[in-house]
Amino acid sequence: MTMGNATRERIFRRGWGGLLVSWFALPMAALAALLVGAAMLLALGANPLTGYHALVQGAFGSMNSLTATAIKAVPLLLVGVGICIAFRANVLNIGGEGQIVMGGLASTAVALAVPKLPGPVLIPLVLLAGAAGGALWGAIPGALKAYFNVNEILSTIMLNIVAVQVMNYLLAGPLVDRSFSGFSLIPQTKRLSPHADLPVLINGTQLHLGAVLAVLVAVAVYAFLWKTGLGFRLRAVGLSREASSYAGMPVKRTIVLALTLAGAMAGLAGVILVFGSASHRMVTDGTATGFTGSAGFNGIVAALFGGLNPLWTIVSSFIFGGLLVGGDFMQIAVQVPTALIVALNGLVVVFVVSIEYVRRRARLRAEPVWEAADRHPPLEPAATNSVSADPGRGQE
Amino acid sequence: MSRFLTITILTATVASGIRLATPFLLASLGETMGQRSGVLNLGVDGIMLLGAFGAYYTALHTHDLWLAVLVGILIGVVMGLITAVISVTLKAEQGISGIGVYLFGLGMSDLLFQKLVGTPVPISSLPTLKIPLVGTIPGLGKMFFQANLLVYVAFLLVPVLAFVLNRTTYGTNIKAVGENPAAADSLGVNVARIRYSTVILGSGLAGLGGAALAIQLGIFQSNLTQGAGFIAVALVYFGAWRPLGVMGGSLLYGMVAATVLTWKTLGIIPQSASDLAAMAPAVLTVVALVVVASRFRQPAALAKPYQRGG
Repeated sequence: MTMGNATRERIFRRGWGGLLVSWFALPMAALAALLVGAAMLLALGANPLTGYHALVQGAFGSMNSLTATAIKAVPLLLVGVGICIAFRANVLNIGGEGQIVMGGLASTAVALAVPKLPGPVLIPLVLLAGAAGGALWGAIPGALKAYFNVNEILSTIMLNIVAVQVMNYLLAGPLVDRSFSGFSLIPQTKRLSPHADLPVLINGTQLHLGAVLAVLVAVAVYAFLWKTGLGFRLRAVGLSREASSYAGMPVKRTIVLALTLAGAMAGLAGVILVFGSASHRMVTDGTATGFTGSAGFNGIVAALFGGLNPLWTIVSSFIFGGLLVGGDFMQIAVQVPTALIVALNGLVVVFVVSIEYVRRRARLRAEPVWEAADRHPPLEPAATNSVSADPGRGQE
Repeated sequence: MSRFLTITILTATVASGIRLATPFLLASLGETMGQRSGVLNLGVDGIMLLGAFGAYYTALHTHDLWLAVLVGILIGVVMGLITAVISVTLKAEQGISGIGVYLFGLGMSDLLFQKLVGTPVPISSLPTLKIPLVGTIPGLGKMFFQANLLVYVAFLLVPVLAFVLNRTTYGTNIKAVGENPAAADSLGVNVARIRYSTVILGSGLAGLGGAALAIQLGIFQSNLTQGAGFIAVALVYFGAWRPLGVMGGSLLYGMVAATVLTWKTLGIIPQSASDLAAMAPAVLTVVALVVVASRFRQPAALAKPYQRGG
């Protein structure tokens, strides 16, 4: 009985094991969200089938819609890949929004400072600057968590708010477009150097270099997490800070690294949002969402749905990007605002993190306890639940 | 003359600071109760948005502000029940499920607003309630005792909740469940029931906070809160899980917002400087997080679902 209890406890302990979606939970969560969405459509007097059909057609039905979806997917993928890194290290990065904003600001500032540089120099430079801006905004909460034991959920949320204020200040002041002199200034930059425009990949569409870049980053992060010693260390720290520390790993530095890298990825998303935009400037409406389109949060959705695996996150970002694009078409077809998609994304998150418990509970009932404890979650062999979680999150 | 003007501006600024602090205070007092019992509810902003829309919509159609407030609270209570099911019964990772609830509230409130209202129409605001005697004190009366009822309710809740937490059996149970649920459980305290009650109470207050925001502004729009709910969560840490500390943090936000507004309207300092000043509370909160993390200990079981026999 004691043994049974101990094993049972381990199953419910939370490393990032608690955040992993299994092949079972994923379709169930998606289905549940779709059903609730259908009920909401019905309640609003719209035909769910017509609505969903328009959504899928609009998102994936033609070459144009596919490229539009890919463009929407890029920020989600970059943020999501960063989330994979952070969550694998068991650091809950809620600061994507702020990191995107800082990345956008840093790259914009560089493009304004040295507009004359040729594209092949300027584009890598703005990408680096954006990654650095985001990395700084991740490193701060990382260091606060590692060295001052500050809850990273709170510090990243607060830094989101600070980032928006920095953005509003810079875009209304130092970085503002002064060419409209005499009028009240719009809080936006002037059109940034055309040398920094991200090259378009397919003529006649908006699909730009950012899409290739994001996929390359995802593959690189996958290789980093599973093929390098540093990546191993990061995942080990995520599974158990206690055990990693006992094994001589520098736990604190690893936590800082995880949040810094996550911030850098989100920062890259910020660069893409500025230099891949149609207006080629950075604009603020006073809120984070106005610039990011909530990619900092939706990237979390994509990463969770991709099982915290960068390669699967490529697929899931494409799906969620499609939801964003298709939402517009659904709005036209059944007159239901695209805000429905935001609500559905929220439901997906809730279902993904809730459903795993239901599954584990069912498994506990069906199988002898020792067998359940030894089995690994299907998506990722390294994700064994039988390793005890970190003391900060585990049960006492 | 100029001296008179200064005093008038000062009283008006303090009064509006207190008013602006009210939605923060209501939401973060509610969050304090949940966190004391070990539940981190990150969905506050979404719940506030839904409460705000519910209150706005009700006020728009019935012109009954008290019914509107009630609807805001009820929506909060329902969302609290859902949050409790997710975090207590289904034992989801609270840092993430809260983001889900936030996105749901953000999308849902916007969806309903666009579908049911469309163009924002202002609603009437709450009448000012002048407290007899103290309300007539020059200066001080205008600062503290001529506000709407929701302001009084929010600030009265501070001592009330402090009393509940520190002087009642229910409060002791809340703290026990937040510190050591296994021990509380072994003494016969129903952990799940306590956590359900605090989360529902807290979300009800978040709904009320949203309603207060919408009614004070007299309007609803997409993302009306602009992250106020997230600030409310941070204010609980700012106030080191104590109602009085939470009140201090809320007042800081309210006062700075009111001061910056006054500066902007009067044009005393350049726009850019007031933008910088608006940054102060958030930066201060980050600093406060560091100080609180080193001096105070969060409830030991915060954000950890309880599993009997674990």
